[in-house]
Amino acid sequence: MTPDQEPEDQLRARQKGRALVMALALGAFVILLFAISIAKMTVNQ
Amino acid sequence: MLELFNAAPHGRGGVVAKDMTSVSLTETAAPPADWRDFLALTKPRVMTLVVFTGLCGLLTAPVSIHPVLGFTAILCIALGAGAAAALNMWYEADLDALMKRTRSRPLPAGRMDRETALHFGVGLGVFSVLLMGVATNWFAAGVLAASILFYVLVYTVWLKRRTPQNIVIGGAAGAFPPVIGWAAATGDVTLLPLLLFTLIFLWTPPHFWALSLYVRSDYAAAGVPMLPVVSGAKVTRQQIALYTLPMAAAAVAPWPLGLAGAIYGSAAAGLSFVFLLLSLQVLANRATEPARMKPEKRLFAFSILYLFAIFGALVLDRWLA
Repeated sequence: MTPDQEPEDQLRARQKGRALVMALALGAFVILLFAISIAKMTVNQ
Repeated sequence: MLELFNAAPHGRGGVVAKDMTSVSLTETAAPPADWRDFLALTKPRVMTLVVFTGLCGLLTAPVSIHPVLGFTAILCIALGAGAAAALNMWYEADLDALMKRTRSRPLPAGRMDRETALHFGVGLGVFSVLLMGVATNWFAAGVLAASILFYVLVYTVWLKRRTPQNIVIGGAAGAFPPVIGWAAATGDVTLLPLLLFTLIFLWTPPHFWALSLYVRSDYAAAGVPMLPVVSGAKVTRQQIALYTLPMAAAAVAPWPLGLAGAIYGSAAAGLSFVFLLLSLQVLANRATEPARMKPEKRLFAFSILYLFAIFGALVLDRWLA
């Protein structure tokens, strides 16, 4: 591994980590919106 | 001349103080920050007390709320607190760089640039308010928005660097969560959530001043006019004892007013009595070196336990009644 490769690998790892957390947050948000919709319909019945 | 410059070891955006008279910031483009640094921006440890008091406000409300909507309300309180903390760190990056306690935070340590922190804070704040409005009601969303703006604009921007009363008035920001929790469940605010607000408001000065007594040199180095820096340890200790009295009255008040039962009343009275004893020990202490400030450290630790226990007792009282 060359000295330039190491920071690049670290950068990629950080980007990958951020992308994964963002994907999980978006997935959780979709599920939460669905659950809120169901809950609101239940409360209004 | 205090000059804040890019102090990051690998050329990433950051700030470090050189001396004490003026401030300028120079930033370089930073590579993307780690997700853990975004999490650190939200001050997760402070958030636990915010979430707990918000949850207790929600659980003591006289109407039940759907569990999903209740969960969302607490999530919004947590996200709103996180947004306020991120904006606080964005604005105070120069101060944080000067204090031992805060210099390893993402901005002063150069792990994130200020613009990213600003965008994250604003985005998270707007998201939390909109989600609260959609999931519960727009009154609760309005109170949540007011609490974020109060913390950022009134406490962080206006008061903190100007007056030793910064945490007295700014303490109101931390007192909002039980009111928001209550408002999320009921859509309004009555006497009990206002008393809970008053309790946290009056609890904040003794809590923070106990801490600031033994980290005084940190605040002095950063030029923050905390009471021990401006008026000295003796006056601060007197103020701690003085604020404890109305705080104890606000804590016990829901019992004689018929808003809570004997379980809460006896817990509040007992815990407030211990708080008062510890504040008297602080008043009697004459030490000026942090190493000899055991009563102050004891009071600070107990003050956190106090708030958890008193709000826990209120929920228990409601459930057993």
